Amino acid sequence: MAEYKWPPSEKRALIGKRIPRLDGPAKSSGRAKYTFDMNRPGMLHAKLAFSPHAHAKVTAIDTSVAEKMPGVKAVQIIFPVGTEVFWAGQELVAVAAQTEEQARDAARAVRIQYDVLPHFVSDVPPERAGINVMKTGEVKEGDPDKAFAEADAVHEGYYGNTQVAHCCLEPHGQVTEWQGDKLTVWATTQNVSGIGGEFAKSLTAKGVPVDAANVEIICQMMGGGFGSKFAADPWGVACAQLAKTTGRPVKLMLERDQELMEAGSRPSLYARVKIAAKKDGTLTAWQSDAWGTSGPQAQSPLNLPYLFNFPNRSANFTAVLTNTGPIRAWRAPNAPQQCYMTMCPFDDLAAKLQMDPVDMYRKNLPILGPRAKDYEVEITKASELMDWKSKWHPRGHTRTGPIKRGVGVSLHTWGGGGRSSTCQVKINPDGSVEVSLASQDLGTGNRTVIGIVAADTLGLPLDMVHVNIGDSRFPPSGSSGGSTTVGSVSSSTRITATDALNQLFAKAAPVLGVSAEKLEAMDSRIQVIGDASKGLDWKQACAKLGGTSILATNQMSRDIISAGVGGVQMAEVNVDIETGVIRVDKLVAVQDCGLIINMTTAESQVYGALIFGVNYSLYEEKIMDQQTGRHLNPNMEFYKLAGMHDIGELVVHMMTGPGYDERGPIGLGEPPTVSPGAALSNAVANAIGVRVPELPMTPDRVLAALGKA
Amino acid sequence: MRKDNDDPKDVSRPSGSPKRELGRRDFVKLVGGTSVAITTAGVLTGAGSIAEAEDNPPRGKVVGPAAVPISLKINGQIHKLTVEPRVTLIDALRNHLDMTGAKKVCDRATCGACTVQINGKAVYSCTVLAIDAAGMNADIRTIEGLAPEGQYHPISAAFVANDAQQCGFCTSGFVMAAKSYLDANPHPTIEEAQQWLGGGNICRCGTYRGLRRAVVVAWGGSVPAEGTD
Repeated sequence: MAEYKWPPSEKRALIGKRIPRLDGPAKSSGRAKYTFDMNRPGMLHAKLAFSPHAHAKVTAIDTSVAEKMPGVKAVQIIFPVGTEVFWAGQELVAVAAQTEEQARDAARAVRIQYDVLPHFVSDVPPERAGINVMKTGEVKEGDPDKAFAEADAVHEGYYGNTQVAHCCLEPHGQVTEWQGDKLTVWATTQNVSGIGGEFAKSLTAKGVPVDAANVEIICQMMGGGFGSKFAADPWGVACAQLAKTTGRPVKLMLERDQELMEAGSRPSLYARVKIAAKKDGTLTAWQSDAWGTSGPQAQSPLNLPYLFNFPNRSANFTAVLTNTGPIRAWRAPNAPQQCYMTMCPFDDLAAKLQMDPVDMYRKNLPILGPRAKDYEVEITKASELMDWKSKWHPRGHTRTGPIKRGVGVSLHTWGGGGRSSTCQVKINPDGSVEVSLASQDLGTGNRTVIGIVAADTLGLPLDMVHVNIGDSRFPPSGSSGGSTTVGSVSSSTRITATDALNQLFAKAAPVLGVSAEKLEAMDSRIQVIGDASKGLDWKQACAKLGGTSILATNQMSRDIISAGVGGVQMAEVNVDIETGVIRVDKLVAVQDCGLIINMTTAESQVYGALIFGVNYSLYEEKIMDQQTGRHLNPNMEFYKLAGMHDIGELVVHMMTGPGYDERGPIGLGEPPTVSPGAALSNAVANAIGVRVPELPMTPDRVLAALGKA
Repeated sequence: MRKDNDDPKDVSRPSGSPKRELGRRDFVKLVGGTSVAITTAGVLTGAGSIAEAEDNPPRGKVVGPAAVPISLKINGQIHKLTVEPRVTLIDALRNHLDMTGAKKVCDRATCGACTVQINGKAVYSCTVLAIDAAGMNADIRTIEGLAPEGQYHPISAAFVANDAQQCGFCTSGFVMAAKSYLDANPHPTIEEAQQWLGGGNICRCGTYRGLRRAVVVAWGGSVPAEGTD
């Protein structure tokens, strides 16, 4: 009998190896079809009319001109007269027309009148934010006042992370098509199993009754999500309404400016921090007054500090309510900001003590939580890969000339774990195998992970397994958020493939004259354990099924996966103190994530996370205009992202083997995104001798920190 | 971060066209720079180059705003279509010809996801009007024309082998940019490749490490072993 638990390393034919992603050929040849690429027969194009005002009440909507424009087939009001608009860019009306150009013309011709209300788009400290604040959290532990008074060293500083956007290259949107009572939605979504019900509920509430059973969600390829694509969204529901009204398929994809204005951003976070330690670097006390904006709604308190369990701590958080736009979960929600707010003051305190921060991390391992032992190993590995000992120098200039070099370090954790996931495995009499579950591949390599787990379990090469995901008709599997996908789907696939295999063993056992418990699947054979000569090849074994396929369905179990990972990152930069320009020389990431299923896509996740970190540390920023309340850079010219020559040398080391593998798979999408901001900021401080307090560290901020601006 | 002053892609002037063609930005200037003007004015088709393909409006004639028949030479085949003069090449490809390999992302010549070749040179198809491409008798190559169905171009194969795609939405543009680059510079180092491709194409997922290796592997060059950079 095959068991659910993961095979030992010598029995892993595919798991943990470097395997090219299954959809790579389709993507690199341009043949992959994304939601944006769906062109259905008779399809209309829809565009949105949206509020130019950051805060206003809608007093009138006149669609009569738009309705008569060439090619226009239907107009759908999304938010009616009386709606209070809380950000510039909020969608109000959708228009469907024959061509994309006609739809854009007609959306512009919708006349909307507003009572314009005062707006607030600044995330200044609470004392300057007037009435737009809400204190949402306060914690106190130990006796911080006493601890600060008794400390050998105390550092106080200000730190900030501005708002950044998701900027998915495939914008939010969908193609909707009705056939009678049945609705098909080609959506770009992280939630294939979940949004069908949301469509059904919203449409029914809007007078278009439809059962969830009659809504099919399809997402085979998806151009990025990063936490912003979990919902049906008002424009999605409007798209389905337009399709219903016109009786034709409708495509509505957000334009780039809409994508950046309202399809998600990361909350800002700022803090005044006070941190104390003994002479030997042992941390003793933390105090922080933090604030930030999540747009018009008060966010849950962002707890500080990150990771360290200070014996004495006092922290409060105040939400600043603004009209900057809505937030959405952004790759490791809040953790990059919290990590930055903690690891930068830590680094400044180390500088004050004239300690190497790596030594000070080691000193504080006892208060670094459950992953402390991993950090110890990972700090050593990262130091070796960065050549930290020879590169680190006491903070400040060590060389003549305008180019200064420095190194920085940070560490992080993340949860992972799993969400519910049901898998179906079918073994056909001709030997072909189908694995089906309504999960999704955001570009993470999920499709390949599922294939590898199934093939490894069945002792088959990867190309014998057909992986069916991205369609809500398959068994439900959780949304892809919180780095839960690999845990969920590897667990459900392993368990279900094992069940299917045991059914096949039961058919093969009498033929081989042994009991099913004595069989194993390896090298495309069903064979007797310990006697490989006695067996059937896979196709022979499957032929014993007669005319009926094996069909196994089962669910994930948390018994074969884990949660909780650790990682250490180091950055090396050079800074031109005359221009304020920072260049990344090298980034090192050492990361654990339990049992790695595909080394290739695991490493790619970490490389990608490091580059994500370069983006939010050096370039990207949502800039608001105080006068008009509008987003000033909702485009890719001025919403800056790194190019290929901006990333430096990247070194990734994944922790594997005893101590890691037996934990089972743990998701990886988010954890390595957490540290780069702090590591890069610390490297800059090491290089130039002063802290650049805010991310992104644009040249103006660098020069200001140097007292030159 | 893209450097504006060394953009390798001169979108307004594909090679082989001796005189400057009328680009979308010029057109916007010509008619006053407002969106209203675009919808109501005609387009003066670019004068001075050869208009050979049949169906294309004669040079110098004002056409539009209604749709006009044009023909485009794409991947060696002539495609006839009827589009409004304001329709960009990317929209003509995607909406009128169902050639969806090139992606529309920034729609203003920044990210490179829409990259195609015109007369052998990489061009942002979001910033070329379809009617201009027709008027200049452009030889357009899209990613669909790189390899026959069921086969893969060596650049595409190198992308797969080096995991140079995650979500894949920038990938077609990078493949076509790499094609143009390798056509002109057959044996680049990793440093040279990233300097050139860093100027004109953007990836959000962060596949640059795989990308720069793939460009070198595509011509048979060697890259450091896995696990190192």
